[in-house]
Amino acid sequence: MSALRYVIIGNSAAAVGCVEGIRSVDREGPVAVVSDEPYPVYSRPLISYLLEGKTDLEHMKYRPDDFYEKNGVKALLGVRAERIDAAGKRVLLSTGESLPYDRLLVATGSRPFVPPMAGLETVGKKFSFMKLDDARALQAALTPESRVLIVGAGLIGLKCAEGIRRLVRSVEVVDLADRILPSVLDAEGAAAVRKHIEAQGVSFTLGDSVAKFEGNLATLKSGKRIPFDALVLAVGVRPNTRLAAEAGCRVGRGVAVDARSATTVPDIYAAGDCCECRDISSGADHIIAILPNAYFQGETAGVNMAGGEKRFEKAIPMNSAGFFGLHVITAGSYEGEAWVERTDRSYKKLVSKDNLLKGFILVGDVARAGIYTALIRERTPLDTIDYELIRRQPQLMAFSRGKRAEMLGGIRA
Amino acid sequence: MKRVYVNEKWCLGCHLCEYNCAFANSGETDMVRALQDVRIYPRIRVEGDNRVSFAVSCRHCSEPICVKSCIAGALSVRDGVVRCDREKCVGCFTCVLVCPYGAVMPAPDGSVIRKCELCTDNGFGEPACVKGCPNGAIVFEER
Repeated sequence: MSALRYVIIGNSAAAVGCVEGIRSVDREGPVAVVSDEPYPVYSRPLISYLLEGKTDLEHMKYRPDDFYEKNGVKALLGVRAERIDAAGKRVLLSTGESLPYDRLLVATGSRPFVPPMAGLETVGKKFSFMKLDDARALQAALTPESRVLIVGAGLIGLKCAEGIRRLVRSVEVVDLADRILPSVLDAEGAAAVRKHIEAQGVSFTLGDSVAKFEGNLATLKSGKRIPFDALVLAVGVRPNTRLAAEAGCRVGRGVAVDARSATTVPDIYAAGDCCECRDISSGADHIIAILPNAYFQGETAGVNMAGGEKRFEKAIPMNSAGFFGLHVITAGSYEGEAWVERTDRSYKKLVSKDNLLKGFILVGDVARAGIYTALIRERTPLDTIDYELIRRQPQLMAFSRGKRAEMLGGIRA
Repeated sequence: MKRVYVNEKWCLGCHLCEYNCAFANSGETDMVRALQDVRIYPRIRVEGDNRVSFAVSCRHCSEPICVKSCIAGALSVRDGVVRCDREKCVGCFTCVLVCPYGAVMPAPDGSVIRKCELCTDNGFGEPACVKGCPNGAIVFEER
């Protein structure tokens, strides 16, 4: 049998996971990576740290320089995949060439969502904040006198605010939601984080949205007027599903995949922000656009593409980020019975339901958070541990002696 | 591969492993100078109460969820040891979010993480926690 030919569309975490997954099974088959971004793989979530000066281009490389060579990967960078010919099993490229494949991974990621806003075309300096080129363009436009308006108080908007705060005169964040980080925090957690960020000189206008732009002036629905020099649009992202949809893959909110990361079209797999998957904390299918998820789905796809057997069935939404030194870790979903503990420096909420931990929010004190995350991910029945003890502090003491021997002693129960 | 294991039947809860860890990673040659009057941030932590105690440090998992989840590519596996490149780490604490053992620690200033690298990163050569355990409760062996 001749070697399998692998093609990966995309060149970020899911693609790297896929390459590493393929190579754990198949050392030989040729792999081609196609990406319209002209750079070797770098960590996209690090662009805010780049502006902040906490990292640089060298250190934000997601894998070492010899990654492609060592893994026998031909990287076609700065080349766009235009179409998937599923019947002919080839990918048509912007160069006019086509790449034949035996197994294909669609890891096309997501793109910024820009809602229709009146007068947006009159704004000169407007930016997204997802890719390296976005960060570079924004940085080039900023001066110490710049007033920056960020639309969107989610993770992207707030990490952007942190990244640029020291570089500019002012940062104002507007969001339609009545709190910051609406998709990951509850009202009380959001209020605590907001207070901390405001103390760093970032101001917020919440529960409001832009009615119209006129050049460098935004007028909000409330009538509030915000003059600005640069605009960052961080409202949300949308999955890049066009290629997969046109190839015949079933697409819901994102490309539909099973636990093997296979799409509904034979030999086409998908992974990362372009996909939807089953959130085991809520039972719902949705897009979990986080880097670890992309890696796990990509790796799973890679192993299966190469003829191995791997399933990824433990996806949950989860996030960890610091904002001006205040750490926030969240996971799972928040429907159920809440247990809350607050001090003047921290906020903690655990949510349980049906004898399972479903989700948590930690602000400030985040030590050993992974012990909670594992309870959600492994669906550990809470009556098998000392829940009262573990609620106060995440700790292995809350598990039975036998379970601990397994966890720490390498002894299978 | 050899890993650090703890036998909680033998652990006295004396916390010496924490001090030996902090010393081995301090860069100092004198233990008193390294540890006197400082708050220590060891990479191994003793848990328990007055009946049961045990030390917890990185398991160096063969399928390390921290490495696969690291958003910066700062965590990697070399010769079976899960290591952190502190120049690449930005302190997002995604590894803290995912480690089921709670074995990845924020550094004191919160800007990066720290974890047990089996004393391969500090010139000590062999795990200091194991060498200094007075009751043989922590061992470094193949299982």
